[in-house]
Amino acid sequence: MFILKNILGTKCLSNEAITTILDTADSFKEISTRPIKKVPALRGKTIINLFFEPSTRTRTSFEIAGKRLSADVINISGPSSSSVKGENLIDTALNLEAMHPDIMVVRHALSGASEMISQHVKCPIINAGDGFHEHPTQALLDLHTIREAKGSLEGLNITIVGDIAHSRVVRSNIYAMKTMGMNVKLIGPPTMIPQGIDKMGVSVGYDFEGVIHDTDVIMMLRLQKERQSRYLLSSIREYSNLYCLTSKILEKAKDDVLIFHPGPVNRGIEISPDIMRSKRSLILTQVTNGVAVRMALMYLLLGGKNDTSN
Amino acid sequence: MTLVIKNGRVIDPVNSLDEPKDILVHKGIIKAIESPGSISFDAGEKPSVIDAKGCVVCPGLIDMHVHFREPGFEYKETITSGCQSAAAGGFTSVAVMPNTNPVNDTRAVTEHILALARTEGIINVYPIAAITQKLEGERLSEMADLKNAGAIAFSDDGRPVMNNELMRRAFEYSKMFELPLIQHSEMLDLTEGGCMNEGMVSTELGLKGMPAEAEDIMVYRDIALLEKTGGRLHVAHISSKNSVDLVRQAKSKGLPVTCEVAPHHFTLTDEAVRGYDTNTKMSPPLRAIEDVEAIKEGLRDGTIDIIATDHAPHDITDKQVEYQNACFGIVGLETALPLSLKLVDEKILSMGDVIKKLTSTPADIFNLKAGNLSLGNEADILIFNPSLEYCIDISKFHSKSKNSPFDGWKVKGKVLHTLVKGKTAYSVNDN
Repeated sequence: MFILKNILGTKCLSNEAITTILDTADSFKEISTRPIKKVPALRGKTIINLFFEPSTRTRTSFEIAGKRLSADVINISGPSSSSVKGENLIDTALNLEAMHPDIMVVRHALSGASEMISQHVKCPIINAGDGFHEHPTQALLDLHTIREAKGSLEGLNITIVGDIAHSRVVRSNIYAMKTMGMNVKLIGPPTMIPQGIDKMGVSVGYDFEGVIHDTDVIMMLRLQKERQSRYLLSSIREYSNLYCLTSKILEKAKDDVLIFHPGPVNRGIEISPDIMRSKRSLILTQVTNGVAVRMALMYLLLGGKNDTSN
Repeated sequence: MTLVIKNGRVIDPVNSLDEPKDILVHKGIIKAIESPGSISFDAGEKPSVIDAKGCVVCPGLIDMHVHFREPGFEYKETITSGCQSAAAGGFTSVAVMPNTNPVNDTRAVTEHILALARTEGIINVYPIAAITQKLEGERLSEMADLKNAGAIAFSDDGRPVMNNELMRRAFEYSKMFELPLIQHSEMLDLTEGGCMNEGMVSTELGLKGMPAEAEDIMVYRDIALLEKTGGRLHVAHISSKNSVDLVRQAKSKGLPVTCEVAPHHFTLTDEAVRGYDTNTKMSPPLRAIEDVEAIKEGLRDGTIDIIATDHAPHDITDKQVEYQNACFGIVGLETALPLSLKLVDEKILSMGDVIKKLTSTPADIFNLKAGNLSLGNEADILIFNPSLEYCIDISKFHSKSKNSPFDGWKVKGKVLHTLVKGKTAYSVNDN
């Protein structure tokens, strides 16, 4: 039995839970390739996508995932800016809960928002990204994609490159990848490496080219261009000179290295366009697998059975 | 009119007293402190009696750092409710910070606060006036007028004085009045957008950190200025290891620097922020374990002079929001004594030292006629049971606000009676 009530982060997911999710996603992936892409697993269930921050990819992925399982999916956009003082977050959640949804998917620009909602409502919450805290479904789809390509996760080396400090994807991936026995290296300018992150069991460095030779997976992060204004960067040009994944850098990597990016991509800033389209890039496979992983989570949270016990 | 407090362990650091005594209070004045049973009365005279057996009887506590929110934010706290909260926590005197609306930067506001305190307050209230007009950090307030109206110190608390030249002049100008400047030490450009201590926990939680160096740099700046200008500096709610070291060094040079610590800063670390309870959000933030240990050492060796709560009431509408959007601060008056008594259990301080840091030392620093049990003084007295265990229950707080991270904590040391001028301001029997 899969006993988790919420998916707030990967920090609290065990190896067994992650394996169950990935196995379930494997079995769901085929549904999306059928001529009629729908199974009745969650018929009569209601899933609310509550997005307080703009999102195209993640919101669509959750919506398609719910619909392929026959759930009724409702999308709600809250005020996007953290400074907008509208209805209190908890009141919003309680109002929606009063309409008996079966799952709420929450995205919010501020860390801790999903956890806060989960403390006040009874229905399961899936965190679709909160501030710089966690983005568990992204990490799970990353693991799914790596496992699919490499066969297993244990012992693989991943290098994550870019703005580590402002990335929820990084935090969720660190927890999940450590749990699955992977070795995580973080690379970025020191201004974008947050205090104390080395205590999370990862290695930290600034030199991209120097670490790339033994890595199995390279994950490039999106650069938020407005970071320059907080003294974190001298210029986009210099950032790109240091941390853009180019074919020149790739020459130093293993032949079978996989290239990931959580999107959306700043072409030419963190990754050059020709590499995005190369065989080694799994950026679009990540997106495809995102639907399967989210289907698996919805299914498991609503009591779906699976073969692996948790 | 006459009251006898019998059989208590009377602790009065100023008079080097720590032994069983009876105290006689007549018309609000301490008339006699004698061996148990030796105070006699004429036939027909019927004093009221408090049996304090097993209890500590000490001067009423003094808190030099509270926010009573009136005028301006009465939905969070008023002078009336703040005084009730103070009395329930064993405090008989408090100093209120000027970040009200309007700011206490003029005689009119100081007088208004004192008038409210006289008519509605059940304990002694001392106003702290602003260093700069409207707390804007641009022009000095009318310090002479404010002192004459009753201000006992100056502070822009809640905001630091960022401008170096202005702070230098504030030290110089305030020398005329011999009143301390209280600094909330925080370099704002280092803490912008921050909402907790910077470190591993803030990184894990994805919350923007406030580095301890933001505090240290301003503590250092103020000490450097003070050495040149003269005047007096009191560092509010010290929270970082290096700041404690800076104050220690300044004191060893003989500079007129004092400092305070809030109970939460020696009780909790930033680990408490996990779970995003907004009642762990305060400024300065809860720091790392190394800082907490340095603070305890500072308390032990006397670098940290006093304990002050930074009682900062906030309504649920200001706290039950996303962590980053929540107001800074927690209420502290009704938890300060039991949390401070933990220092006795941990053998950091003796019972007498804890009482001293909550009574006579703050009175000395701020030149208040309070904080001791000398004969002839007004009978501001606290009676508490140091060994009685109970659970903190925020719903029972007398403060209008309940923003405390200590709800449900099992603690030791319960306030039984708080007397102000011999009158009961709080009694456990009434509650």
